[in-house]
Amino acid sequence: MVIGKERTATSLGLMSILVRFREVGILFFTVLLIIVVSILSPVFLTAHNFRDILLNISILVIVGLAQMMVIITRGIDLSVGSMIGLVAMMVAFTVVAFPGMNPLFALLLGIALGAALGSLNGAIIAWGKVPPIIATLGTLSIYRGLVFLYSRGDWINSFEMPMGFRQLSKGTPLVIPNLILFAAAVAILVFLFLRYTQTGRDIYAVGSNPQAATVAGIRVDQVIFIVYVISGILCGMAGVLWASRFESAQTNTALGFELQTVAGPVVGGVNIFGGSGTVIGVVLGSFLLGTINNALTIVKISPFWQLAVQGLLILLAVIVDSAILRRLQTATKQGNR
Amino acid sequence: MAATHSETRSARHSRRVSLRNILVRWELLLVVLITVVTLINIQQSPFFLKPVNLSRAARDFMELGIMMLPMTYIIIALATVDLSVASIMGMCASFMGLLFMNGVDIWIAVAAALALGVAAGAMNGFLVAHVKLPALVVTLATYAFYRGMAYAMLGDEAARGYPESFTYLGQGFIGDGRIIPFSLILFLALALIFGVVLHTTTFGRYLYAIGNNEQAARYSGVPVDRVKMILFVLSGFMSALAGLVLAARFGSTRPDIGLGLELTVITATVLGGISISGGTGTMIGAILSLLLIGLVRFGMGLMNLQGQVQDIVIGLLLIISVLLPSIGRMLSRRGALSNLNVSQVLQVTLFVIAMALFVAFFLWSRSLL
Repeated sequence: MVIGKERTATSLGLMSILVRFREVGILFFTVLLIIVVSILSPVFLTAHNFRDILLNISILVIVGLAQMMVIITRGIDLSVGSMIGLVAMMVAFTVVAFPGMNPLFALLLGIALGAALGSLNGAIIAWGKVPPIIATLGTLSIYRGLVFLYSRGDWINSFEMPMGFRQLSKGTPLVIPNLILFAAAVAILVFLFLRYTQTGRDIYAVGSNPQAATVAGIRVDQVIFIVYVISGILCGMAGVLWASRFESAQTNTALGFELQTVAGPVVGGVNIFGGSGTVIGVVLGSFLLGTINNALTIVKISPFWQLAVQGLLILLAVIVDSAILRRLQTATKQGNR
Repeated sequence: MAATHSETRSARHSRRVSLRNILVRWELLLVVLITVVTLINIQQSPFFLKPVNLSRAARDFMELGIMMLPMTYIIIALATVDLSVASIMGMCASFMGLLFMNGVDIWIAVAAALALGVAAGAMNGFLVAHVKLPALVVTLATYAFYRGMAYAMLGDEAARGYPESFTYLGQGFIGDGRIIPFSLILFLALALIFGVVLHTTTFGRYLYAIGNNEQAARYSGVPVDRVKMILFVLSGFMSALAGLVLAARFGSTRPDIGLGLELTVITATVLGGISISGGTGTMIGAILSLLLIGLVRFGMGLMNLQGQVQDIVIGLLLIISVLLPSIGRMLSRRGALSNLNVSQVLQVTLFVIAMALFVAFFLWSRSLL
């Protein structure tokens, strides 16, 4: 909606105010949290800890952006965690078999594998007309089952992995760790893609009003197919980075990660009914999630509370969103009269 | 998602009669599949058909069956699913375990757990029916929240040491023969009630009415919001009950109890011919599908397949059972195949090549180490 040029002047003004307000709101909440936790613990507000938070959310940002694009088209991709796990496993085994492989080639390999997995999701949803939640719930367990089939009980340890592959995420040729740079690059690319390409604009159009998009000559099926392929591509990339960062590939890699990838965008103001969402919102939402998890650890709240806090946060974000949206709708209705 | 729903809804209206035919065939199909799987299982193990084996195996699927009953209602009426069922199960079983470990009488703990299930369902229901949030998002959030509460309650500990009067719920048999499990009778009684309510009462007709056209149902005086509330409360209660049966069967409770079970519950329900676009489906179909899934899992267990590998089959079943009617619709549209243009054929070809390459790499790369 923030980029909704096709909307009327009144609603555009209101929408952009709302969205800006939303992003300022998240920022405000994050800053408040940082202040409170800094008072409670001196180790929180340090460059080192800040770097830790950024490292922890980098993969979340990459996959969260994929999830955002899917949600904009009124879908959901629950199979992201399993795609990451499967790609991480396959690439890790390949890299160990060919230690001399260029790490960037490993990244490309992961992207190709992810694209294949994503295209299966896309085919089932766009061509087979299976609701996204059912299709990706199915592939969630199929892909995770394939991880188990592939591993046959084996796993890859840190010492088996070639140094070059580990450096793919950890290296710091530009002072900042590569992992953070990858996330930043993906964020910029997704921003440009959504704003300046035909397909990017179509994604918003399909999500805002599928019937209207069809009438306008947009091939809705194709856009939906592409969105799931993109999701697979970014998950493939995330899988390689995950294996490189944690220096391991196990059967439970990224198990349950799909939840965080939905939480990040939803907290960041991506509308669950489709049609709207911004890159900056996803980045801020993910940063808030990362800060909360980090703060829970630092304030020594049991890690067993993390999941409950995340669930509560998604609920809160969704309730606040719908309240604002409803007020806005009544406001625009009155404005139009 | 909403758009595809309304599309399928309007399509369904024009095709009500043919869909009913499909339904009849669907249940027949299930019976045929059940027969085939039974024959395969008999071939796998000559002891398969012994009553003792069958009844012991049946015990393993009763929680699943109990959770399916309200899920059937939710899918028929709301064309959506409750993703939080397994988390409610985990939270309530953990709550009961926590109370019991702190010296509370087991039956008071059981009552408290059931009450917590009702509360959890009521929260889902309130957010869906009154705050008007989509059920998928609400139950995805509470999926995390309720499971998180289970971890918060028990941490990495397990509650154990339940008295035999309680474990009877999941392990016990009725009569001296040790043939008929108590949980099977419990499930059958509940299934009978749910089936009768669905197919003979006003409430049951409300469910189909809402599922076919929520607006029309609302205008004809169906208390839609109250029905939604009741459905989620029912789902919460039954999930809690299933959690107790599962805890009784295991004889202990860990916070990850029933993790991921929602997938099997949804799969079993959809496989039973309960259309995910709402408004159709019968309780007989749901029960046949539970039988089928039980037999498939039992058979795969005979073949020594891991649980996660079994999940591949369950996931495939889920997708195929939704894909089949959709493919059928596509083919029944006259000339659908001849209307394909070059770019569509190209896309499909590319997709098939990508899949083939993936499978080839999957097999090849694993053979390296």
